[in-house]
Amino acid sequence: MASVTYEHVYKRYPGNTVITDMNAEIKDKEFVVLVGPSGSGKSTALRMLAGLEEISDGSVKIGDRVVNDVAPKDRDIAMVFQSYALYPHMTVYDNLSFGLKLRKTPKSEIDKRVRDAAQILGLEPFLDRKPKALSGGQRQRVALGRAIVRQPQVFLMDEPLSNLDAKLRVQTRVQILKLHQRLQTTFIYVTHDQVEAMTMGDRIVVLNNGIVQQFDTPQTLYEHPVNLFVAGFIGSPAMNFLTVKVGGDGQAILTGEGFQIPVEDRILSEAGASRGQEVIMGVRPEDIKDVRFPGRDGLPKINSKVEVVESMGSEIFVYLTIGGKTLTSRMDPRSSDIEPGQNVQVAIDSHHLHLFDPKSEKALVSRGAPAAAVPAIAEAQAQQVR
Amino acid sequence: MSVATAAPPTTPPVRSAAEKARWSQRISARVSSAGLNVAVVALTLAWIVPTLGLLINSFRQGGAFNTSGWWTALAPPYAFTLDSYRAVLGASDLAPSFFNSFMITIPATLIPTAIAAFAAYAFAWMKFWGRNWIFLALVGLLAVPLQLTFIPLLTLAVKLGLNSGNTLPGGLNAGFLAIWIAHTGYGLPFAIYLLANFFRVLPTDLFESAEIDGAGPVTVFFRLVLPLSVPALASLVIFQFLWVWNDLLVALIYVGGTPEVAPLTVTLTNLVGSLGQHREYLTAAAFVSMVVPLIVFFSLQRYFVRGILAGSVKG
Repeated sequence: MASVTYEHVYKRYPGNTVITDMNAEIKDKEFVVLVGPSGSGKSTALRMLAGLEEISDGSVKIGDRVVNDVAPKDRDIAMVFQSYALYPHMTVYDNLSFGLKLRKTPKSEIDKRVRDAAQILGLEPFLDRKPKALSGGQRQRVALGRAIVRQPQVFLMDEPLSNLDAKLRVQTRVQILKLHQRLQTTFIYVTHDQVEAMTMGDRIVVLNNGIVQQFDTPQTLYEHPVNLFVAGFIGSPAMNFLTVKVGGDGQAILTGEGFQIPVEDRILSEAGASRGQEVIMGVRPEDIKDVRFPGRDGLPKINSKVEVVESMGSEIFVYLTIGGKTLTSRMDPRSSDIEPGQNVQVAIDSHHLHLFDPKSEKALVSRGAPAAAVPAIAEAQAQQVR
Repeated sequence: MSVATAAPPTTPPVRSAAEKARWSQRISARVSSAGLNVAVVALTLAWIVPTLGLLINSFRQGGAFNTSGWWTALAPPYAFTLDSYRAVLGASDLAPSFFNSFMITIPATLIPTAIAAFAAYAFAWMKFWGRNWIFLALVGLLAVPLQLTFIPLLTLAVKLGLNSGNTLPGGLNAGFLAIWIAHTGYGLPFAIYLLANFFRVLPTDLFESAEIDGAGPVTVFFRLVLPLSVPALASLVIFQFLWVWNDLLVALIYVGGTPEVAPLTVTLTNLVGSLGQHREYLTAAAFVSMVVPLIVFFSLQRYFVRGILAGSVKG
C-alpha cells in the first residue's frame, strides 16, 4: 500500500511531447481514474508509472521512493492490460503463479495465494484450463487474478474492460470496485469512458493533449468543471454550449440567438464578464426543464422546437432546436407526452448556469457562482499555474 | 430505447445498396476461393506427376526408361522388378553413409537453429546500436551464392586442420566438424530472418506483462518466446533438415570422396558409373533417401497447426 506522486512529469518523443508537466498526488488506498480521449496521454502516464516507458523529465514516486530508474519488477506494482496479455501456453494456475515463481516465493505460499485469488474471482473450476478455452470474461478475471496474487502496493489497469460486452462490463466494474474495497490498495485505472471514470473513481484525473485539466472527485468535476474541455467531456448526455452576449442595463441579460436569459448582475461582475462581451454558456441537460410542472415559475423561459425524443423509461432525452442550435434536455417521465415536431416552452435553470471565456476556455461562472469563488476551481487553476 | 424522429425514415434505397454490396462480396469470395483451389490442385499435380513417374521407373527393368515413357509401364504386360532397389540397398557402403548422413544432418540442423533463435530474439526484442543495419546486412547475405565461398572457406578449413582425413580429439572425424560449421553458416541468414520475423509479431503486451512479473530477458526467451514459437521452430528445423539431408554439393566439397564421412547423397551418386551406366539406380536411390525426410516432415507437421497463440490477447 502506497501513495503515488507525479511531480512535473514530462514525456517527450522526438518532435512530440505526449505529457506536459503532469502533477498529481494520489493517496494511499485511493481509486484514481485517468480519463481522456484517445491520444490524451493517459496510457502513457500509467506506463511511466509501471516502468514500461521512460520518464523524460520530472519524477514519479511510489510511497516516498522515486522510481524513475527502478526496474518494473522492483516497483511493487501489478498491471492488468487491455488485451489481458495472458501466457497462452500456460494453464490458468501457471498464469497466476508465474510472477510468484520468478520471485522464488515458497511453493506452499504460491499455492495458497493462487487458490485464494481463484476463489475471490470464481476461477476455481478453470485452474487447469488454458486461456484459449476460456470466455472473454473469464480471461479478464485471470488477468485480474494475476495482479492480485502478487499483492502489490499499487494496481495499474489499462482499459481492462474495453474488450467485454456491455453487460459484462457493468458486472466487472462492480467486481473491480469490490476488489478495491477488499484489498485496501491503491488502484490506478485508465479509461476513455467517462461513465466508467465517474462510477469507479474516488477521484478522476482528466487529461487532454497530455495536460492535466482537472483532478478532483466525480461530483466536483460534474458540478464545477474548470474549463470547457472538462465541462464537455464529463457528463452524459454532454453539457449544452451556446454562444451568448452579455448585455442589458441594470439587470444583466445573456442574449443568444432567439432567447434572452436574465442573470444576477453581481455574479457577472465578480466573474469578470463585462457588458458587450461574448461568452460561452453551458447548460446541463437536466437544467433544461419542462415549464408545465411546479417550481419553474421564476426561471427564464425559451421557445424551442422538438426534434427527437429518446425514451429511456426512467427518463427522457429531448433534443430541441433553439435559434439553429440543438440542445439536449433530460426530463422525467411526466413529460412523456412531448412529441417530435412540437413547439414547446422550456425553462432554463439559471442558478446552475456555467459561463466560459471563449478565448482561454476557462470557467468564469460555475453552477451559478463566480468561478474564482469556487474552491475546487481555484485550486485546480492554481495547480496549472504552478 | 424507442426513438421517434420528426422526418420519416428513408431506408429502402440504402438497404438495397447494402445488399448489393454483400452479394458482390459473397461472389468475389466464392471466385477467389475457387481460384485458390484450382491453383493448389495444379501445384500439387505439378509436383506429384514427376514423382509418380520416378516411382514407377524405379520398379522398371534396367534401362527401360531410356527407350519409353514411364506411363507405358502402366499398361499390360506388366514387367515390374525390384532389381534397382536390390542393387541400391545391396551396396556395401550404404549403411555407413546412412549413419554419416545423420551425423551430418542432425548437428547441422540443431546448431544453426539454436544460434538463430538467440540471434532472432535479440533482433526482434532487444535494443542495441546498429540493430537494423546488422539485420539488413544479414538479409543481404541471403543473396550471396554459396559457390562463392567454397575456395576461401575450404582453404581456411584445411589451414585449421579440418580436412576429412584428420581425427579430432574424441575420435571425431574432422570432416564432420567442417561440414557442420559450413552448413551452420549457410543456414543462419535464412534461419535468423525467418525466426526474427516470427518473434517480432508476438504481442508486445506479453513481454511487458512478463517484465512486470519479474522475468529477465533469459527467462522471457526460454519460458515465453520458445514455447510460443514452436510452429516457426518446427518449420525451420524441417527446412534446414531437408536442405542438409538432400545436399550433395557442400558435402562433395567439404568431405569429398572420403567414404568414412560421405553422406548418402554422395554414395548414391557414386553408384552411377562415370560413363552413365546404371542410371536406373538413381530412381530407386531417390526413394531410399526420401524415406527419412518424409518421416521428419510427418512427425513435425502437427506443430504447423495454427492457433497456438489463441487465447493470449483479445476476448
